[in-house]
Amino acid sequence: MSAKEYRTASAARGGLLTVSNVPSIAFGDRVRIRDQKGNTRNGQVILSSDEEVLIQVFEGTDDLDMENTWVRFLDEPVEIALSPEILGRVFSGLGEPRDFRPPIVSSLRRSINAAPFNPAARTYPKEFIQTGVSTIDGLNSLVRGQKLPIFSASGLPHNRLAAQIVRQAKLPDDDSRFSVVFAAMGVSYADARFFQEEFASSGVLGNVVMFVNMADDPPVERLTLPRMALTAAEYLAFDLDRHVLVVMTDMTHYAEALREVATAKGDVPARKGYPGYLYSDLAEIYERSGRIKDRHGSITLVPVLSMPSDDITHPIPDLTGYITEGQIVLSRELHNQGIYPPVHISPSLSRLMKDGIGKDFTREDHPHVSNQLYALYARALETRNLASIIGADELSARDRRYLEFADAFEERFVRQGEDEDRSIEETLNLAWNLLSSFPPQALTRVTETEMAKYHRQSGE
Amino acid sequence: MINKESRKGTILEINGPIVTIRLPGVHNGEQVRIGSLGLYGEVIALEGDKAIVQIYESTEMVRPGEPVEGLGHPLSVELGPGLIGGIFDGVQRPLEEMFLKAGDQIPRGLSPDPLDREKLWRFVPTENLEPNMPIIGGARIGTVQETETVEHRIMVPPDIEGELIELAPEGDYNLEETIGQVRDRHGHVHHLKLFHRWPVRKPRPYQSRDNGIDPLITGQRILDTFFPLLKGSKCAVPGPFGAGKTVVQHQVARWANADIVIYVGCGERGNELVDVLDSFPKLKDPYTGRPLMDRTLLIANTSNMPVVAREASIYVGITIAEYYRDQGFDVVMLADSTSRWAEALREVSGRLGQMPVEEGYPAYLASRLAAFYERAGRVETMDCGKGSVTLIGAVSPPGGDFSEPVTSHTKEIIQTFWALSKELADARHYPAIDWVDSFSADVGTAAEWWHENIDRGWEKRRGQALAMLARDAELSRIVNLVGPEALSSAQRWVLEGATLIKEGVLQQSALDPVDTFSSPEKQFMLLDLILTVYDEGAALIELGVPVQELSEMPVLARLRRCKELYDSSQIDQLKAFREEALQDFKAIHSEYAQRGEQTA
Repeated sequence: MSAKEYRTASAARGGLLTVSNVPSIAFGDRVRIRDQKGNTRNGQVILSSDEEVLIQVFEGTDDLDMENTWVRFLDEPVEIALSPEILGRVFSGLGEPRDFRPPIVSSLRRSINAAPFNPAARTYPKEFIQTGVSTIDGLNSLVRGQKLPIFSASGLPHNRLAAQIVRQAKLPDDDSRFSVVFAAMGVSYADARFFQEEFASSGVLGNVVMFVNMADDPPVERLTLPRMALTAAEYLAFDLDRHVLVVMTDMTHYAEALREVATAKGDVPARKGYPGYLYSDLAEIYERSGRIKDRHGSITLVPVLSMPSDDITHPIPDLTGYITEGQIVLSRELHNQGIYPPVHISPSLSRLMKDGIGKDFTREDHPHVSNQLYALYARALETRNLASIIGADELSARDRRYLEFADAFEERFVRQGEDEDRSIEETLNLAWNLLSSFPPQALTRVTETEMAKYHRQSGE
Repeated sequence: MINKESRKGTILEINGPIVTIRLPGVHNGEQVRIGSLGLYGEVIALEGDKAIVQIYESTEMVRPGEPVEGLGHPLSVELGPGLIGGIFDGVQRPLEEMFLKAGDQIPRGLSPDPLDREKLWRFVPTENLEPNMPIIGGARIGTVQETETVEHRIMVPPDIEGELIELAPEGDYNLEETIGQVRDRHGHVHHLKLFHRWPVRKPRPYQSRDNGIDPLITGQRILDTFFPLLKGSKCAVPGPFGAGKTVVQHQVARWANADIVIYVGCGERGNELVDVLDSFPKLKDPYTGRPLMDRTLLIANTSNMPVVAREASIYVGITIAEYYRDQGFDVVMLADSTSRWAEALREVSGRLGQMPVEEGYPAYLASRLAAFYERAGRVETMDCGKGSVTLIGAVSPPGGDFSEPVTSHTKEIIQTFWALSKELADARHYPAIDWVDSFSADVGTAAEWWHENIDRGWEKRRGQALAMLARDAELSRIVNLVGPEALSSAQRWVLEGATLIKEGVLQQSALDPVDTFSSPEKQFMLLDLILTVYDEGAALIELGVPVQELSEMPVLARLRRCKELYDSSQIDQLKAFREEALQDFKAIHSEYAQRGEQTA
């Protein structure tokens, strides 16, 4: 670390500070700034030339005065100190304690911008995680090492669902629980408290690392926060052999912070003012989940994001969907009907489901049952539309059966209690209860053998 | 063109992946190594005595004043035996070897040779080649059995021509050993090896371009039967996320009747490449019975890997594709996704401060896209053989909006368009290829092949099916307004027929072991069978048979399952089923005909 301080700041604008006449400074170097009141601010070099450097100041550039600003270059990238002691702790987006306890002391420090995983080092995620939520387990199964976001919107119970997943997630026939890394960006005090109490009451607090940036904290810290959290998760998973579940909320606030900084830097905007590199930037975060050959641990990532104006084509959910391995979409309509969890079935998807379910994993009929439920529900929704135009009385008997199915599916399969932990067996049996309201010939996605075994009419 | 001497310089400025250097005598496009880590990069602009370089790796903790070395050649790939079965990054670094050498994460500045230098290959020289014979670039001087299915042809590099001085006898050689010598007209002697280098941004030469003749058979019914793609043609697969682009690309990579498949994962998910790496060695090529990995090569620049190497990755892929084309192979290259490549262009141009035109993309987006797709084609090679590169590019339009720049520019260039639809995917209709938005400009040419090899009725049947689907869309609109009761019996039978086509032909499960691949014979049989059943039913409706009775015939439920009940070798069983189905219709027919007589 260099002790030398420079007082050659030449410009400060929109969170960026220019310092001239400095010797060659490394790109990405961490910076400590002392302002005229003697307060310390943190920053990072985002452009370095032989004449001047541009520094992104995490706490912002408000109140800086060019005469009385001292800049020190630490000659190290942004790092996090790691030890098993991080479990049970709460940190800021810069890795500083937020729980009034001393900082982590460890010789192990890692740059939060890890080198990308070699695709040849990965193994394909295949182990089914039972979340106890039928709409996820039955229709959009999560597997260990997957990145599966929850697409939500303001006012929907995404936090409750995320908490339920954290509480219930486990491998069937295996009682070992996940270690949890919780990354909160721009959240309200109420939300932060909700999670904290949630973790405390379910007794997992000692197994959770929290990184918290409140809505009124500096937005620039939101850019380092998920990287801090994932570096911690990688340490837990690949150094300490733990299975880690990372919950991030809310990625929309992260992307907005990125836009704020990009605009200040003068980057060319692409869509809705977001910089063209939003995709790559999000990918750097999401792709840090997964499984690695010959490593015992894993990182499963459940980011939560709110779709601005419920719009799934907005750049943030859109680019996220292109990177993650599926998405769980919440529906305002179901929520307004009082159904919890209001999982919007049609646009929800899990891409890694196909290899983690079925014989040897869940049950042999699972892939077909899920497919059949999707197909019937899609048809049932069409019928419901039709009924709203011509009236249910005009429908044929066949169509009325679909209508009844839609209601029963939402009421019995989608709806469940916040503390209701359904096993995959229960979920599939429930599915067959619903499927059995159709005659066997209407079910073309399940096989004849499965029908004979599980269908209530043909099985008798 | 390749200048061997290296020159030294210094770094002036670092702005993310864009670095300004001072390096006297550097060329535009030249490869450089910068900093004490020796990061690789490429000069993309010259300004006075400064050069602007895009770096393929992260520049974290690199500082101004560090040294720079010019390597004297543009970004090139190594072409020779050992490519097939491998996985390389966007600048052809061998990822398996990097994993063994450096562990889970990709370290910076490491760059092992793409091809194994130690491995011995059995070289068999071409017969009738004698010393002192004139020889041209691209001429075949021998072969190496690269995998069980690929006989790799060793060629004189395209930029060398002259007199053959010496050719090695049959034997085992490694890549570094000289297997022949050619004296060019300046008297310079070139030592030929089993491999050579070629700059990726320069298309490899050929004698002439040919028209495509044969369709690429992918075993996917909606692709082969409805929107055929010719070998040597170019195709785009646009679709919003979750519509199944990747599955379509994987299915083509698995089942296409190509000699070589090059899969470029450009800015996509790491796990998708792992899926290919895991599953392809276990899957059998339906044409040769050998593991699919014996003909497949992967280029991986996943979304979290450096953006600049992503831009390079599709050029690396297409150059390797051209190299196998020059050997006389039919090559399929899949680029997933060209949108990510375009975004890499956008990112670099943005950092250079170039004027954006549409959605931040630079003005040269359209011309770069066109030039890239034009590298596909069926050609007469330098040594008078035939080879082809078929190019299939996935497009990821933001918000699924096909009017965005990358999709719309791509659409102007390509021949075949497989449009994926969110609505179909949401209803779990897979592959979710929309029959209204998709098109193929090559139906006429493909029809010749189908008529000659499968059935004379192909084009007609295809037309009938599409017409029925169009009619179905029209009638469904009426139903949605006023309910099904408004339709006549014949119209309701059309809806039933269209459903049969959708479920029995168009929907195809990539996960079902039987349904995943359909031979052309089976594809036509299924289509013809369903249309025949429809025609029979339509005739019965004329006789007054109620639609209800037809819809509930057990034979229809079975018809929907034919695709998964009979595999491509069970054409005879399919024929038998057809007879059975026709009998059922006959029975109803005679019943009603009798009734008709009685009432008369």
